[in-house]
Amino acid sequence: MILLPLALLFAELSILAIGGVASTLPAMARAVVAHHWLTPAQFAALFGVAQSSPGPNMLISTLIGLHVAGLPGAAVATLGMIGPSSTLTVLVSGAWHRFREARWRRIVQAAITPITGGMVLAAATFLIRTADHNWRLALISATVAILTLRSKIHPLAFLAIGAGLGLVGFG
Amino acid sequence: MEAEPDRLTHAALFEGFFIAGLSGFGGVLPFARRIMVDRRHWLTDAEFADLFSLCQFLPGPNIVNLSAAFGARHRGITGALAAMAGLLAAPITIVITLGLLFARFGKNPLVHHGIEGLTAAASGLILATALKIAGPALRIPTGLAMVVLAFVLFAILHLALPLVIAIALPISLLLAARRVK
Repeated sequence: MILLPLALLFAELSILAIGGVASTLPAMARAVVAHHWLTPAQFAALFGVAQSSPGPNMLISTLIGLHVAGLPGAAVATLGMIGPSSTLTVLVSGAWHRFREARWRRIVQAAITPITGGMVLAAATFLIRTADHNWRLALISATVAILTLRSKIHPLAFLAIGAGLGLVGFG
Repeated sequence: MEAEPDRLTHAALFEGFFIAGLSGFGGVLPFARRIMVDRRHWLTDAEFADLFSLCQFLPGPNIVNLSAAFGARHRGITGALAAMAGLLAAPITIVITLGLLFARFGKNPLVHHGIEGLTAAASGLILATALKIAGPALRIPTGLAMVVLAFVLFAILHLALPLVIAIALPISLLLAARRVK
């Protein structure tokens, strides 16, 4: 029965995803590799596929579920990833507005941001080390990162150019 | 919102978030903001910022949390479900289609090379996202220290995620409490 560990993993990540799903990517990668569900390279490839779809970046959980256990796996992983956190959000959202001026709220917000930053940097490092196994692929990653910060080019254009460069043998 | 907001229907919630989900390549947030604030005037800029801060504050996918909180505000639990279903319907269908194509053709050498280039570009995008998130924190010494600490605990010492949070969050809270007036 693979669906239960799948559901439990993503439910745990859902609750631990402070600052968003991106901060859980390294933990997600580590867990799916430890379960022997995916190799690091397969995880990186699925991440690339998930990024090529519109929608939130939690779609990587849908793809992992699909890869591990077909459509039931996709359903279980997706619900695991969104269920606990959205339930918590609905429960808390009523009270939130009342505390909008509260100092503790700004403290918690200020405390979370740098942790999220460090975690997402860890995720980026992991993906780059896994995906870029030669200097040409690393050059693609670096160029995309710089141009994303310096220009308003659509992210889909970068993904298309990256795939195109791979196809013509640049990667 | 002091006054009771005009309640949106389930269909309106589904439809508004459906469009946001379908347009949101590389991040749904700007599209959700455009639809909810600029186009449909469901929220003012300040109300949107307030709602989004809740969804960043709580764990989980931020934009899914946003749809759940907004849907629940209008129609309770079924409203939350309508908004979330609208947001995710198209992206999940598309990503499953892509996933099945990948499973079928991913081993083809040509496709494999294409995916390698695609993944390299996607890794670059996430690096840019990380730098954008960490950017403001990096300008404050204590913020920089926390970014480095979280990175080291996770990426170098390979601690488990709950442990990283258990160590980093209390320190970060103490530092933030000294800074935030």
